[in-house]
Amino acid sequence: MRVTLSIPAIMAALLLPAAAASAEQITFVSQGGAYQEAQTKAILDPVAKLLGITIHQDSSPDAWPVLKTQTATGKPIWDVIDTPTKDCIRGGEQGMIEKLDFSRLPNAAEIPAEYKTEYSVPYEFYSSVLAFNTKKYGENGPKSWADFWDVEKFPGTRALRSHPMATLEAALLADGVPADKLYPLDVDRAFKKLEQLKPHVTVWWTSGAQSAQLLADGEIDMEMAWNGRVTAVIKEGAPIGYTFNQGFLQETSLCILKGAPNLDTSYKFLNAAISADIQANFPAYIDYGPGNPAAYKTGKIAPERAAQMPSSPDNAARQILISVGWWSSPAGEEAQKRWASFIQK
Amino acid sequence: MSTSSVNPSLAHQRRERRLVLLLLAPALAVVGGLLIVPLCWLAWQSVRQDGGFTLAHYARFLTDDVYWMTFLQTFRMAFIVTAAALILGYPVAYVAAGASRRWSLFILAMVVLPFWTSVLVRAYAWLILLQRRGLVNTALTELGLVDAPLTLVNNEFGTIVATVHILLPFMVLPLYATMQKIPPELTMAGSSLGGTPLHVFLRVFLPLSMPGVVAGMVLVFVLTLGFYITPELLGGGRTYMVSMLVSRNIEVYNEWGAASSISVVLLACVFFIFRLASFVIPFERIMGAR
Repeated sequence: MRVTLSIPAIMAALLLPAAAASAEQITFVSQGGAYQEAQTKAILDPVAKLLGITIHQDSSPDAWPVLKTQTATGKPIWDVIDTPTKDCIRGGEQGMIEKLDFSRLPNAAEIPAEYKTEYSVPYEFYSSVLAFNTKKYGENGPKSWADFWDVEKFPGTRALRSHPMATLEAALLADGVPADKLYPLDVDRAFKKLEQLKPHVTVWWTSGAQSAQLLADGEIDMEMAWNGRVTAVIKEGAPIGYTFNQGFLQETSLCILKGAPNLDTSYKFLNAAISADIQANFPAYIDYGPGNPAAYKTGKIAPERAAQMPSSPDNAARQILISVGWWSSPAGEEAQKRWASFIQK
Repeated sequence: MSTSSVNPSLAHQRRERRLVLLLLAPALAVVGGLLIVPLCWLAWQSVRQDGGFTLAHYARFLTDDVYWMTFLQTFRMAFIVTAAALILGYPVAYVAAGASRRWSLFILAMVVLPFWTSVLVRAYAWLILLQRRGLVNTALTELGLVDAPLTLVNNEFGTIVATVHILLPFMVLPLYATMQKIPPELTMAGSSLGGTPLHVFLRVFLPLSMPGVVAGMVLVFVLTLGFYITPELLGGGRTYMVSMLVSRNIEVYNEWGAASSISVVLLACVFFIFRLASFVIPFERIMGAR
């Protein structure tokens, strides 16, 4: 298991009774790397200061297996996790995640209902966007998934993520399904449309780093990639453009472990972390958008910066919110299993 | 008197055996703790689901065509890589075994040198060489040999090239070890009896080098079966190996049972291959002990 238990977290667990008497604290878990560093400055440090609490940090690129083992003992060490919403939902259904009492989260009221679940509140947004080589296509690059599928109008090498989420949605949009009628996905139709494009897909990428490298090296003329990776490549000077048009908006969420050692403080943390004012700090540190759209009204985010953010109201309106509910349903699970055989044949 | 003359030697033997065991203990503990125990846990996990016994994970080998296709593709890759490594490696080992001491050392050093670079670095190096705007394609297009860049990587071809490069030493070294022990007098005798060089090679040298051929082939074949990072980076997402099926089952589907069962089957395949090979050449010789 790829878990790094930080020493502070272990210490916190060992010294819990003694420490709890002195000050309020929680153990917060995210995915590590530059992303966790950015949110430490943007969210965690300000919240700790605001509430006068201590936030111990831990990181795990994939929290799910750890979540399972921790809650199995009935005495988890972690309190709050930042993880794909899907983990919060299935964790909740399997009794590992606390069902949220929204009366204790007044700041959640300003967050649109479709961003929340009974187990989670949105934390940050990213997007799967259509990126393309500007040297190859000039100003008239592909602007929709229909363009991406049009190999005659837009010749060139293509790459997609080797994962059905967002890819099936793109296929259906390319096939003419209206954006508001996507869910529940017509999986058969989506795979049929993907089958058409398959001979023209040069690479099915499996990691974000790989998707960025394909763009930077000019190996690929257009691809679906995460906006943060695309902007990083552009910053390095590669001739790459992208559009939020028909992008797929996805979020990670905050949820609380069942039996969390510091439940009350966890609620306080959640409420503060999703407040518009704190959330507005995100864009200063990383290319991911605030989970609370009210952050764009605080005046902390400059308009030109908002234009680069996946969750800003203008951009959000041009995108499709991935339905985590559908993807965690049996039909969604089935579509995921079918992916492997699609890639193989 | 007679008993005391026997007993000391017996006691000595026993003491010696105890000493050997003591010396072996650390190694045994490492093998037991880090290999045997996890393997048992792996096998145990592959037959468990929701706290009960199940063969569901193994049934998938019969019902799920993805499993079949993945194993088929992996074995296909292993065959191609082994054949390519043999064709490329045999002449190298032949020249090294026949050359003067200095030259053979130089050739072997050249073979082993890439060994000290990380597999990851070598995979990326191939990517830089073979990609659309890479060195090879740039050279070919600028020389006017091709009109459009060739697709040399992000497919099975690129994966095979890089895998062969990484595994070539495993072919050359056992071949060299065997060839070096073939007495030159035998080929000389063949020639003196009127055999043409080709005839002597086919009738004398080649049969005598067979143990090395088998050892090299088994090593390369088995190592290819478990390759992960090279096909992952250079296969363009289409060259789907067993190791990738294991990793996807854990990362994407969280199916530890399924991942374990695949590992167990792959391990069984490897044991089977070694068993087959041991009819031709003893196991210790494959691993290069002698």
